[in-house]
Amino acid sequence: MTYSFDFGWLASYWPVFAAGVAMTLQLIFIGGLLGIALGIACAWARSLGPRWLGTPVAVYVELIRNTPFLIQLFFIFFGLPALGLRLGEVQAATLAMVINLGAYAAEIIRAGIEATPKGQFEAGASLAMSRIQTFRHVVLVPALERIWPALASQVVIVMLGSAVVSQIAVEDLTFAANFAQSRSFRAFEAYAVSTVIYLGLAIALRAALMRLGGLIFPAPETAR
Amino acid sequence: MTQFTFVDILTNLLWASRWTLLLSLAAFAGGGLLALGLLFAAIGRARWPGRLVRLYVEIFQGTPLLMQLFLAFFGLGLLGIDVSPWLAACAALILWSAAFLVEIWRGCVMAIGRGQWEASAALGMGYAAQMRHVVLPQALRLAVPPTVGFSVQVVKGTALTSIIGFLELTKAGTVLSNASFQPFTVFGLVALIYFALCFPLSVGARRLERKLNVAH
Repeated sequence: MTYSFDFGWLASYWPVFAAGVAMTLQLIFIGGLLGIALGIACAWARSLGPRWLGTPVAVYVELIRNTPFLIQLFFIFFGLPALGLRLGEVQAATLAMVINLGAYAAEIIRAGIEATPKGQFEAGASLAMSRIQTFRHVVLVPALERIWPALASQVVIVMLGSAVVSQIAVEDLTFAANFAQSRSFRAFEAYAVSTVIYLGLAIALRAALMRLGGLIFPAPETAR
Repeated sequence: MTQFTFVDILTNLLWASRWTLLLSLAAFAGGGLLALGLLFAAIGRARWPGRLVRLYVEIFQGTPLLMQLFLAFFGLGLLGIDVSPWLAACAALILWSAAFLVEIWRGCVMAIGRGQWEASAALGMGYAAQMRHVVLPQALRLAVPPTVGFSVQVVKGTALTSIIGFLELTKAGTVLSNASFQPFTVFGLVALIYFALCFPLSVGARRLERKLNVAH
C-alpha cells in the first residue's frame, strides 16, 4: 500500500477550523462558568444545606456521574422536546455541559468544604459574621483554593468531552474536522490536525485556569 | 409501519448492552495489561522510558477520546488493515485506558515512602526483590479503589464508539429513537441502563476507599 500524507490542502480550510475553535472555546467558557456556579450551589446543598435539598442534589450528582455525557446531550436535545422544551443545538450543548460539570464540580468542591476545620466556623461566628459571610469568606474561598487544581482538571476534561457536541450539529472543532474530511476524503490528516489543536487547547486552558487560580487566591501574608 | 412498545424498546436496548459490557471488559483488560508494561518502564531505574510514558499520558489525556477513535478508525485503515468498528473501538479504548491507569498506578507506587526503599535496600534486597516484596504489595492495595473508580469512565467511554458505527447501547438508542419517534423514553432508558452498570462500580470504589482509610 502506498499512501502519502498531504497536509497542504488543509490551508484552505483554516477559517472553518478557526470558527470551530471559537465555538469550542465559547462552549467551555460559558459552560465552565455556569457549571462551577452550579457546582458551588450543589456542594453547599449537600454539605451545609437542609436535608430536603441535599437528597435530590445527591441523586442529580450520582445520575450525571454514572451516565455518559453523550447520552445526557441526546436526552436534552432529542428527549426534552417531548416535554415541550425545545432548545437550539448550541443551547442544548451548553446546558448539557453545565449540568455535567455541575455534578463533578459539586463533588470536588464538597470535598474542599468538608476539609474545613470545625473551629473555623466557630471563629467566623465569634467575629459576628453572618452565616452567609461565614460561608463565603471562611468556608467557600479556602475550599475553592484547596481544590482548584482538581477543578481545573475537570474543566479541561469537560472541554475535551465537548468534542461530541458535533453529533447534534454544533459547529465546534470536531465539526470542522468532519467537514474538512468529508470534502477532501483525507480523514486521517483532518483528525490529526484537530487532535493537535485540542491538545494545544487543553494545555493552554489548564495553564490559564492555574494562572487564574493564582490571581483569585493570592497567598495570604499570614500563612507561613 | 412497525409500532414499538415499551417492552420492545427495553429488550432491544438490553440486548445491545452486551456489546457495551464486552467492549468495556476488553478495553479494561487490554488497557490494564498495557498500563502494567508502561508502569514498569516508568518506575524503572532508567530516566528516558519514564519521560516517554509521561509524554504518552499527556497526549492521550490531553486529547478527546472521540478524536482517538477517529484516528484509530482511519489510521489503521491507512496501514492496510481492514478496520471494523469493533477493532478500532478496542484499539482506541485500550490506548486511552492505559494512559489513565498507568498514571493512577504510578501515583500509588510513588506513595510508598522513601524509608521503605531504604529499609529494604539496607536488608540487602535488589531492585526486583524490593518491588516484589515491599513496594508492589503495598501499592496494589492503594491502587484498587481508584482502579475500580476508573472502570466507570471506561464503561461511559464506550458510548463514544457509537459515533464510529459500533453497535452498542448508545447506537442502539439512536437507531431505536429514530425508528420509534420516542426519544424521551429511549434515551431515558439508555441512561438508566448505563446507570445500572456504573453505579455499583462507583459505590464499590467508594466503599473500598473508605475501608482503606480506616485501615491506616
